[in-house]
Amino acid sequence: MTVTERQQRAYVDAQAADARVNVELETDEGMTLNIGPQHPATHGTLRVVAKLDGEQVVWADVVPGYMHRGYEKLAEVRTFPQVTTLVNRIDWLGSFANEVPFILAAEQLMEIEAPPRARHIRTILFEMARVANITLFLGDLGAQLGAVTPVFYAFRDREHVLDQIEAVTGGRFHPNFDRIGGLKDDLPKGWIADTKAVMERIRAFCDQVEELLFGNEIFEARTRGVGVVPAEVALSYGLSGASVRGSGVDWDLRRDGGVTGLAHADLDWKVWTHPDGDSFARCWVRLQETREATKMVDQLCDGLPGGPIMAKVPRIIKVPEGEAYVETENPLGAMGYYVVSKGDLGPFRVKIRSASFSNVSILPWLLRGVYVPDIITILASLYFILGDIDR
Amino acid sequence: MADATTDQAAKDAEDQSPEVDELRQGWLDVLTDALGDAVVGSHIAPGRVLWVRVARASWFEAAEAARERLGCTFFDFLSAIDWMPSPWGRYEDSAVDVGVKPFDPSSSFTTGVAGGDTRFQLLCHLANVRGRNGQRADVMLKTDLPDDDLRIRSLVPLYGGANWHERECWEMFGVEFDGHPGLRHLYLPSEFEGHPLRKDFPLLARLVKPWPGIVDVEPRPAAADEEVEPATADDADGAADGNGDEA
Repeated sequence: MTVTERQQRAYVDAQAADARVNVELETDEGMTLNIGPQHPATHGTLRVVAKLDGEQVVWADVVPGYMHRGYEKLAEVRTFPQVTTLVNRIDWLGSFANEVPFILAAEQLMEIEAPPRARHIRTILFEMARVANITLFLGDLGAQLGAVTPVFYAFRDREHVLDQIEAVTGGRFHPNFDRIGGLKDDLPKGWIADTKAVMERIRAFCDQVEELLFGNEIFEARTRGVGVVPAEVALSYGLSGASVRGSGVDWDLRRDGGVTGLAHADLDWKVWTHPDGDSFARCWVRLQETREATKMVDQLCDGLPGGPIMAKVPRIIKVPEGEAYVETENPLGAMGYYVVSKGDLGPFRVKIRSASFSNVSILPWLLRGVYVPDIITILASLYFILGDIDR
Repeated sequence: MADATTDQAAKDAEDQSPEVDELRQGWLDVLTDALGDAVVGSHIAPGRVLWVRVARASWFEAAEAARERLGCTFFDFLSAIDWMPSPWGRYEDSAVDVGVKPFDPSSSFTTGVAGGDTRFQLLCHLANVRGRNGQRADVMLKTDLPDDDLRIRSLVPLYGGANWHERECWEMFGVEFDGHPGLRHLYLPSEFEGHPLRKDFPLLARLVKPWPGIVDVEPRPAAADEEVEPATADDADGAADGNGDEA
């Protein structure tokens, strides 16, 4: 064996070990392109392996798991209140929203209902998590397409949302604020007026992004008709949130989920859909949803009921035997927790259904036949957070 | 144990008597009609979830019936539950919990709503996206897998999204899916051995360094002052250790 052969083999071995998939590096027909795990377009550590024929993808595989932290296993050795600290870190851009379905599932098992004020403040923070999350998406979207300005605007305006979240919870990224039976604290003085001003800012930001990006010729050319997902395919892959509403499916768990612990039913709002199913549609739906979320926060701030923020809950929380499944419409899509309790201090089993996991699982299907530059826009428009894939 | 089960039964009866969930009852009737004897158990939490436990041989047919007859086109998730009590305990009070106890199915082996006969139970949630007016239209399918033959028909031909979920379930629980296009590791390195979400798979981080528990909690300042007075050699060691940890 010559040196080059040995080198070649060592290289192939190393790649295979790293890849955990058997990728043929050189084929007769074309080449294999490896994107990630450290590529800026993957928002973290997602690896995409694509076989190319010229500029066209003939086969693609997605390799997650570079950030797998095993929260389902860890949750089994935590008490119920401790689990929120873990699940905060799943979708780290909209952390508060991660806590909500788990807490609601625990409340269901304990047959506790949070008081109205707690439900309203929960919904405010839930929607603000959405605003913080999708604001960054809208800015990042421009960056993926070579437009640098929107990302600065996004960071500038998201800062104000994070400030408001911090003012209530003490945490900018990981609030850990939701409790079984209510919330940790009430709102600070003067918070409501400040929040409404911030929501006004976000609406102005949405207008700016719309003018900068959505009317832009390059943006339209790169996203219209690219990455089309028909509704039935989207549903069979479990796509949710804006990714499925961008395919024309009028379905939102805030309206249709039968979730009782949040206050969306009391609000006047609209579910936005787009019939095209392409990258543009998904981005457009998210833009509209951000606006809708700011309006929801305004309404909730205006109609905030009085009263306690915590139901009567025992000091040591033991959750009765049973199983519960609660799914809510999180910033990235449907997120659910299947909680099994055996009457202990901690859960017996927690299955975390995260939105990005299903949203990204469609990529091998979706990337087949697209051109290399379109991989980036498709990844951006599906919008995933790595923690939400790997858990 | 007996008290807990009777309480549970009483609570179930109480839940069901006042409100009958027509939607979920109707769905259960449709599935029973389609599958016949293959429906071996069911449970309805009114307004929340419908659980239907089917025979293993009818797993695929159950999903197909849910899709064709109930319009469940949305594939939500697929996973498994290991009902064996963990032989490792919860790692918190090591004196009591640690030590492998032989697996005894008759002990505190509860298998959740809709019943169950085996250690491993498969779980799949499907939904109809045309549910409206705050009424969720969905079904939670369950099936039992015998310990010595963890095999089941893959749902990939019905739902593309089952692909990744089954890969995850395969690596985490060791369930084999017949007809799956490529069962390979999703999260874990390809050379990984074992199935981490099984209850008998230890959480290695806790074995290496036990959960600190109550003994490491720093005493309140007042209590600490009291203990300083009658300082013995052991206490001094303890204090030194504490300082070392902080640094």
